[in-house]
Amino acid sequence: MKVFGLIAVFVVGLLLLSATQDFPSWGDPRSAASDGEVSSFYIEKTESVTKVPNMVTAVLADFRGYDTMFETVVIFIAGIGIIAVLRNFEGTDSPSDHDNDDDGAGLLARFTCSLILPFIQIFALYVVAHGHHSPGGGFQGGVMFGASYILLALAFGLSKAKQLFSERRTMIFAVIGIFIYVGWGVLCLLLGKEFLNYSVLDSILPGDSMMARSHSMLVVEIGVAFTVTAIMFSMYSNLSTRGRLSKGL
Amino acid sequence: MDPIIANFIEENIVPKFNYWIYVILMMIGLYAMITKNNLIKKLIGMAIFQTAIILFYVSIGVKETGGIPIISHHGPDHHQEAEVHSEESSKNLKHNIIDKDKYANPLPHVLMLTAIVVGVSTLGLALAISQRIHKSFGTLEEDEILNELRPGGHD
Amino acid sequence: MTEHFPILILLVPLFGALIVVLLGRERPEQCWITSLISLGLSSIISLFTIIVVLSDKVQTIRYRMGGWEPESTVFEVGIELRVDILAALVVFAVTFVGFVNTIYSKTRAEAEAQGKVPFFYALIQLLIVGLCGIVMTNDAFNLYVLIEITSLTSYALIAMGNRRAALSSFNYVIMGTIGASFYLLGVGYLYIKTGTLNIDDIRMVLGNDKLWEHQSIIVAFIFIMLGVWTKMAFFPLHGWLPNAYAYAPSMTGTFMAPLMTKVMVYVMIRVMLWLFGDKFVYSDQHVWGELVIWMSVIAIVAGSLLALARTDIKKMLTYLIVAEVGYMVGGAWLGNVTGQAGAFYHILSDAAMTFCLFIAASIIVLRIGDSRVNAFDNLFRKMPLTMIGFTVGALSMIGLPPTCGFFSKWYLIRGGIEAGQWEYVCALIFSSLVNAVIFFRIFERAYFGKIAGVKEDFSPSDSDANPDTSIKEVPWSMLVPLYIASVSVLLLGIMNRPLFEWIQTALK
Repeated sequence: MKVFGLIAVFVVGLLLLSATQDFPSWGDPRSAASDGEVSSFYIEKTESVTKVPNMVTAVLADFRGYDTMFETVVIFIAGIGIIAVLRNFEGTDSPSDHDNDDDGAGLLARFTCSLILPFIQIFALYVVAHGHHSPGGGFQGGVMFGASYILLALAFGLSKAKQLFSERRTMIFAVIGIFIYVGWGVLCLLLGKEFLNYSVLDSILPGDSMMARSHSMLVVEIGVAFTVTAIMFSMYSNLSTRGRLSKGL
Repeated sequence: MDPIIANFIEENIVPKFNYWIYVILMMIGLYAMITKNNLIKKLIGMAIFQTAIILFYVSIGVKETGGIPIISHHGPDHHQEAEVHSEESSKNLKHNIIDKDKYANPLPHVLMLTAIVVGVSTLGLALAISQRIHKSFGTLEEDEILNELRPGGHD
Repeated sequence: MTEHFPILILLVPLFGALIVVLLGRERPEQCWITSLISLGLSSIISLFTIIVVLSDKVQTIRYRMGGWEPESTVFEVGIELRVDILAALVVFAVTFVGFVNTIYSKTRAEAEAQGKVPFFYALIQLLIVGLCGIVMTNDAFNLYVLIEITSLTSYALIAMGNRRAALSSFNYVIMGTIGASFYLLGVGYLYIKTGTLNIDDIRMVLGNDKLWEHQSIIVAFIFIMLGVWTKMAFFPLHGWLPNAYAYAPSMTGTFMAPLMTKVMVYVMIRVMLWLFGDKFVYSDQHVWGELVIWMSVIAIVAGSLLALARTDIKKMLTYLIVAEVGYMVGGAWLGNVTGQAGAFYHILSDAAMTFCLFIAASIIVLRIGDSRVNAFDNLFRKMPLTMIGFTVGALSMIGLPPTCGFFSKWYLIRGGIEAGQWEYVCALIFSSLVNAVIFFRIFERAYFGKIAGVKEDFSPSDSDANPDTSIKEVPWSMLVPLYIASVSVLLLGIMNRPLFEWIQTALK
């Protein structure tokens, strides 16, 4: 088996490397990908068409927004898939699970966590909101926000975190996030233009059609952040307790 | 022999070293996925494989002369002060010509944001499945699992 | 309004999945009704899409997401959907099978999902969304994301079964990820050389700049093919299929077996004809044409023989799927329009046949409590209604008129003769004979009762075996889907002429 694996890996590797002879060199600004029309359009015209300086966010949320919608659906599938595979609904109320109801880590950890946690959350919200002007966006901010809840669960115990963010609430948040994203696209559909064509929203948002694109990107990123936060915490709580959601790590 | 090998390295490996590194990383990950016995080691191989692909894509978008793909109005490369309150967008274009060589290619970054999320989701789901397997079989070694299945069932 | 149909086909099950998750665990009946309504609505819209695409010679609907018209550039800067008659037919097949299957799952959902019914229905609807998205998209990277959506939902759905199912699902995870990552690598290589991700634009750039002889394009093609072949279980990359589909819970198996591999065959045809173009794929300088046809011959023969050797009905059916995939790959690589049209028609007919047989097998296994073929004694007397449906599917697999299986074999054989590939024609005939042996053996046992002298020392492998002391017929909610499937097998066969004409005009 190992020999077969080694041979297969060698063959695949050689095949991949044989193609590099006609690849552009490292950092070549005149390569087909970097000099092509699509990339030039993104770099030169993005700010004038969408009023968003961060090209990556503009491409992610506007030009290729359809892809990002499915990316959010992927992370949603991961969350409900883990619940579907692992979650054990029968054994959650057995008394033995609440016996050593943990209080998480020690006193020092809890104290530090309660000091730091608000700043983490504010920074996460900043990353979401400032995605237009600096590296950031819905996914990045959402992961940080979810991580803050995981930190809460680690320091104070999973039952304390569940009081703030129960399973039902997690699912509702995740669903609301995707609703915001897809619903915003359907709003564009109802106003007459194609799905996810934000320019038509200048009738209900302040500013001209380009500012409407900029605002819509923010709305869509907020939807993504909701879903990612909820699913990050749900994945942690299911994987660390093996689906019983009783005692954390 | 030596000048030929040196020439080969000079022409093919040095200017394109990024492709070589990432393909080698990918092959390490692929080898782990195929040959390892422990399920978690297979998953680690999967993570290495996907990460190498992500790095490969990001390395496509690098430009020697370029910085990050965010247009900054305060940096030293800024050509002219743009009329930010102007109504006409075409006037903006004339005042603010963006040199595309100063910015890295944004498209690979966007694609890889998606690929990272897909990779994380697959890893999370695979970990949940391996926890389920551990609960049912008591072990995470593939040969032990197959041995347990063999006398009990067929195929 | 009609120009928005393609996206509406996707949005309705997406909203359905979200509503089902919100409904929660306390209301399984309402979850079922919601899924039924959303998938039914989606199939009606896709039926209208077929009518729209066929009328006024509106050959293709092109739908740009976000409305990004290429004004200053020639290339597309956004993602677009492209729906021609081929895509419309496959989308209708996907949504219709999903809808009919949801009827079947009414009685089994509670028992098999153990209290996670809303999550099951949400995953099913997201699977349908992913499959429809794969068929309609015109962007190579979007295709990767949607392939991963379908794969992730199938991993989770299969792993909801018993412990054997969890192990098979893990194996599927490993092989599926390798396949999808190879596809992603191929797309990356193409992007490096062409600078765009839109399928039509890539073909245009490859043609304009004469990039076809470059080594990187050849390697990109090989890796995309390898990735798609892993996902469609083309021999020898089929290792994950038999265990995954046989041990999955029965209502999951009936969803995935007809759809997943067929949609991947559609992706292969799209990649060959629209991404790379037939001049590149079939040109004589590449040696792979002959090689792939020989590989498909081996796949057909191996699949048929392995099916013959099995005594478990579900495993047998999964190996028959492997053989059917061999038909389609060989047909597509023959190099002429008849072969490609035959392979495409086989996508539709194989979906119908496999659906019919899988439902019948699940019903029988449920009632008898045993999935071995040896236990099928006297079924024609005990469960006559079910056996009628099973017979229609079996006759189609063998290839008897007027079922669709006969016509697809007919077109594939004609294509093989036109291209001069006699080994492919022989493999098709051989496989029909082996299928006849397999199914007539079952018919004999089901009609005449136990055959003396057969050893029976294997234990059942099916997860949801529920032994019933008095074998009687199953409730209507299970029989109706079976009959709808059988009727579609016959309808596809009767309507083969117009369907074939539409397919051929689209492929030219």
